[in-house]
Amino acid sequence: MSKEVRLMKGNEAIAHAAILYGVDGYFGYPITPQSEVLETLEAEMPWNTTGMVVLQAESEVASINMVYGGAATGKAVMTSSSSPGISLMQEGISYLAASELPALIVNVMRGGPGLGTIHPSQSDYFQATRGGGHGDYHLIVLAPASVQEMADFVALGFDLAFKYRTPSMILADGVVGQMMEKVVLPEPRPRRTEQQIAEQCPWAATGHSAGRKPNVVTSLELDSALMEKNNERFQETYRLIERNEVRYEAYHTDDAEYLIVAFGSIARICLKAIEDAREKGVKVGLIRPITLWPFPYDAIREASKHVKGILVVELNAGQMIEDVRLAVADPNMKIRHFGRMGGIVPNPSEITTALNLIMTNE
Amino acid sequence: METKDIITPENKVYSAPRLLNDSTMHYCPGCSHGVVHKLVAEVIDEMGLEHNAIGIAPVGCAVFAYKYIDVDWIEAAHGRAPALATAAKRLNPDRLVFTYQGDGDFAAIGTAESIHAANRGENIAIIFINNGIYGMTGGQMAPTTLEGVKTATTPYGRNVELNGYPLDISRLMAQLDGTCYVTRQSVHKPAAVRQAKKAIRKAFENSINRRGCSVVEILGTCSSGWKMTPHQANLWMEEHMKEKYPIGDLKNNVE
Ligand SMILES: Cc1ncc(C[n+]2csc(CCOP(=O)(O)OP(=O)(O)O)c2C)c(N)n1
Ligand code: SF4
Ligand SMILES: [Mg+2]
Repeated sequence: MSKEVRLMKGNEAIAHAAILYGVDGYFGYPITPQSEVLETLEAEMPWNTTGMVVLQAESEVASINMVYGGAATGKAVMTSSSSPGISLMQEGISYLAASELPALIVNVMRGGPGLGTIHPSQSDYFQATRGGGHGDYHLIVLAPASVQEMADFVALGFDLAFKYRTPSMILADGVVGQMMEKVVLPEPRPRRTEQQIAEQCPWAATGHSAGRKPNVVTSLELDSALMEKNNERFQETYRLIERNEVRYEAYHTDDAEYLIVAFGSIARICLKAIEDAREKGVKVGLIRPITLWPFPYDAIREASKHVKGILVVELNAGQMIEDVRLAVADPNMKIRHFGRMGGIVPNPSEITTALNLIMTNE
Repeated sequence: METKDIITPENKVYSAPRLLNDSTMHYCPGCSHGVVHKLVAEVIDEMGLEHNAIGIAPVGCAVFAYKYIDVDWIEAAHGRAPALATAAKRLNPDRLVFTYQGDGDFAAIGTAESIHAANRGENIAIIFINNGIYGMTGGQMAPTTLEGVKTATTPYGRNVELNGYPLDISRLMAQLDGTCYVTRQSVHKPAAVRQAKKAIRKAFENSINRRGCSVVEILGTCSSGWKMTPHQANLWMEEHMKEKYPIGDLKNNVE
């Protein structure tokens, strides 16, 4: 099939990719800057083509619990929202993690706290990478930096979620959700049959229990000894994910004297600042974490060994910088943060200024 | 005549429901949950839906419903069972999908999910146990608690000026265009149990036949929370609850 190049917003790409991936159900509630996901799905009417269920829920609390109900039956289900809505979902996300259910959650971040702003931000980094809700759990967190990655990470997010039986999250910022770019959408794949679901998800409460014992999907275990066992199992899965699924992009790190660490849309703005610096003879490199959890600690530690300083650039007050500090073994390493908040996206010259400050030792 | 001559198929008048397994129930003696569990298990079996049913358990005393009735279950977060059921049914449209919920679950924390699932006409059956109290957490006020009733959080009796009025949520449900069947039953006497069973069957048929949302409210008792013997609780329920919550169909569009 020809690789048709199309022009669309990141949010629209998520919707198209979901239909093409063979997602069984989407449940969501409107919130800027991601409403185009639901709008595109409603306009595409996939229930007439693939049979995908699309439903506008009454709230994000309902959306995530619909995702929980659908995922428990072995279906590939997802939701999308933006920061305040994701906060509202946290109890349900914790239940998904605790019940070891695969699902995809998309957070197109806006500036907070509170109702904040509809403009782009990355200030939900802590929430996403530390679990977000109650209890000891993690989500697999993917950070797209382009419309292409918005499309590609739908498949990646679901594949990882089903592989490890854990919810995964696409943590995008409002820039990636709203900007239009060229994208090649994935090849369509058919939705799984009931037979395939039963084989892939022998634990699912499909209601079709002929020939097996009833399946129960629950996160409840009142016996502390057994609950600790459950937690140990979750942690084993997380260690496995940490070993196998770290993803990042390294750019000019080989000869770098200074290193920038940035994720999502701002990483692309950093590339421009890096280009400018290199024109002036200053060798700057970039590491762009693609999985924010599991975080590329080893890659950053390795890349930091030969640099004089590290600049962490984020659309927040300094969240990922804590992981960069954990990654870098050398306590004398200069690690500085540059960020804008409240929905402001810096231009490359602001990043250059921040780089200059690090170089002049301020 | 010997015992073996008596234990014959022709003589059998009653047996434990096949789908109600032998796990020891955690319910207090006299608790309505046990009776309603039995009915749910019997109806699923009689309808031949053992391998075609998904139950959604609540957070409340019935949280362990999945331990007792041998069908597939999903255990919901507090109040969210109708949201889970919405997705489970839409994604598995030929299954019986039912929720089993207490009054706190259905009519307080989960009110939005209850109303909107019903109003969308989700093809699910909701079994709603109204015992007028939060049984599981130790007898606090429920949205359905009657005026004047003492609970752990209304130690001087429910005062409507402080706590608002008892909520007849089934009456509200009956007014929504998406519900096809809303009824209120009880299980405190054999005749009532038989009626309640018919209502549950009708609700389950509506789910299978995709006729809309059915709500079967069961006026229950909670002897522990009410601090009464099971017998006293039955008498108190009969005398006080039925006045605010009258027994009978509130809506039946499916004859
Ligand atoms: C989010 C959340 N809030 C509160 C609780 C605590 N809680 C558990 S059961 C319950 C009340 C249940 O009462 P009801 O639904 O009437 O069921 P019953 O036990 O009476 O059958 C509460 C408040 C919880 N588990 N989760
Ligand atoms: S506390 Fe009440 S509702 Fe719970 S099991 Fe006991 S009698 Fe039943
Ligand atoms: Mg109750």
